[in-house]
Amino acid sequence: MSTASLIQNIINALQWGSFYALIALGYTMVYGVLVLINFAHGDIFMIGAYVAFFAATFILSTLGLPGWAALALTIPITMIVTSLVGVSIERIAYRPLRRKGAHRLYVVITALMCGLILENGNLALLGASRKAFPSLISEHVYTIGGVSFTNLKIAVIVTAFICFFILHWIVTKTKVGMAMRAISYDKFAVPLMGIPIDNIIVVTFVLGSSFAALAGLLFAMSYPILEPYMGALIGWKAFIAAVVGGIGDIRGAFIGGFLLGAVEIMVVAFFPSTYRDLIAFTVLLVILSFKPTGLFGIAKTTKI
Amino acid sequence: MQRYSVQLILIALGGLITYLAYEEAIDLYIISVLMFMGVNIIMSTSLNLVNGNMGEFSCGHAGFMCVGAYVSSVLGVLLFSKNKILAAPLLNPEMAVYFFPFIIIAGGLAAALTGLLVAIPSYRTRGDYLAIITIAANYIIISAIENMNIIGGSRGFMGMKRVVNSMEDVLYLPWMVIWVFVFTIGTVWLLRRYTSSTFGKGVNAICQDEVAAEIMSVNTNKMKTITFMLSSGLAGVAGGLFAYIIGYVNPGSFNILKSTEAMVMVYLGGMGSLSGAVIAAVLFTLLTEGLRFADVLLHYLWFVPDSWHYSQVWKWVIIPLILIILMQFRPEGIMGNRELSDLFPGLKRFYKFK
Repeated sequence: MSTASLIQNIINALQWGSFYALIALGYTMVYGVLVLINFAHGDIFMIGAYVAFFAATFILSTLGLPGWAALALTIPITMIVTSLVGVSIERIAYRPLRRKGAHRLYVVITALMCGLILENGNLALLGASRKAFPSLISEHVYTIGGVSFTNLKIAVIVTAFICFFILHWIVTKTKVGMAMRAISYDKFAVPLMGIPIDNIIVVTFVLGSSFAALAGLLFAMSYPILEPYMGALIGWKAFIAAVVGGIGDIRGAFIGGFLLGAVEIMVVAFFPSTYRDLIAFTVLLVILSFKPTGLFGIAKTTKI
Repeated sequence: MQRYSVQLILIALGGLITYLAYEEAIDLYIISVLMFMGVNIIMSTSLNLVNGNMGEFSCGHAGFMCVGAYVSSVLGVLLFSKNKILAAPLLNPEMAVYFFPFIIIAGGLAAALTGLLVAIPSYRTRGDYLAIITIAANYIIISAIENMNIIGGSRGFMGMKRVVNSMEDVLYLPWMVIWVFVFTIGTVWLLRRYTSSTFGKGVNAICQDEVAAEIMSVNTNKMKTITFMLSSGLAGVAGGLFAYIIGYVNPGSFNILKSTEAMVMVYLGGMGSLSGAVIAAVLFTLLTEGLRFADVLLHYLWFVPDSWHYSQVWKWVIIPLILIILMQFRPEGIMGNRELSDLFPGLKRFYKFK
């Protein structure tokens, strides 16, 4: 493999890794706070892409604004609407179960079912026809020394890094972040300290869902075809990324996302592309069998 | 009388269904619904062994079904029918009558071996992580079969109808009805025997407390291996029967939605209740067919266009919704952790099912 194609593959891996990392951040935050695998998160990504589609089409066709203005409006609209969806799932489905103190298994099943409802409800309401995302900004292809990349790819990668640093700042430097870490450290002592646990959980869902929405928007801009099941597989992959990094750890999720992106791009470079999912899931199985806590996770001992 | 009542009822029921199918007294559609009911009973009771009795959370049950379906249909078609891979059948097609149950069991054995994919990681992980492993196993199986072009890849595999036809050529009987019935009863009987045996009591012990069970001399790893293999093997049997009923398999039909169907049945029936799983499977089959019926009824309304098929689209909104509502308001399901004889102690006088 020549240097140019190697760099090309690295850029592609970084782009895919950015999508995975953005979604994986949402998984890992919810897991860190609630110890719940939010299986509906992949479909929140899909909702994000669809909200972006409707917002962008509405702004472009009805308001007649230019592409850059439409993009500037679409980003906040998508993030707000999608986080509303995420929070309402938490309110309707997860919170009552948490209040009742239901077994964790029931919450996980509920999450899985919420994802299915989002997917198939979308299919039932909007039909199976694929939607083409309108182009908001013109795509430039730059070629430097045989390596070609687009401005969109760079935007995706830069956005992922900015999001990570913002999240890292929130978690380590702000009071909300401190409360989040406190909840994941000891869930029972936190309410006694006067920390409103429900509000913190809502903030967690808002952050996670808006990152997923951003990923959905960027994904729709890069691969402008939308279908109801687009979130299922990419959501699972992002989840693999979160687990590989050690679920519950933000750095782990971010690095895991890029690692998975790199593995997939390398698989496609050497094998037929249909082996991509097979190898991604095999990586998950192997990691979970040998190091169930992931790269950054800390093993918890069971007390008898 | 009490000793043999269950056997007598089952023989009578099986005989009646077979006779009705033989005489074509009941509609072909009803027969196929009955057969799917049998397959669903196998699916739900076998998943109930892992999710209910052992308390693990397996949500990739359809993957094992897929292995069973492919192995038994490829084996059957290679042995007893003209095919694209080897052209001529390996054995005389008339032998299919005798070998059919062994083909299904072979599919079950292959699925049981695939069950090791989940059983071995389960030594060290449980709970959410094991759930992920089972889903990953499901995806791996589907993805692997999609990449095997020799058996059709993602286009699917067919030709099982020819095997069934060659069975009927030898002796005209509704073979599929008979075998689905036999395997369904066999599964329920086997699971009942397993969970009520001295060895199988360990399965429930693992559900209660794994560490305590290990201290009480239950070999948890051995237990998990056997239970997972039994459960996935039975799912493979269900898959084999499913493939021969439909006559066509493709990997896409064994995805997470199919696994969800099995999960809905288990949690609807109640975790750890064998009779609950059977009742839930029957109810679930009736519900899905009822949705189809509702679809037909809706089209009698003048304002519903012919091209709209509500139920098939909304089915996968309604089924998860049922499960969510169930989790919110009655997480223990219809039967809870009890069997039919616990719920109605009076019934004990009339039957004994061991």
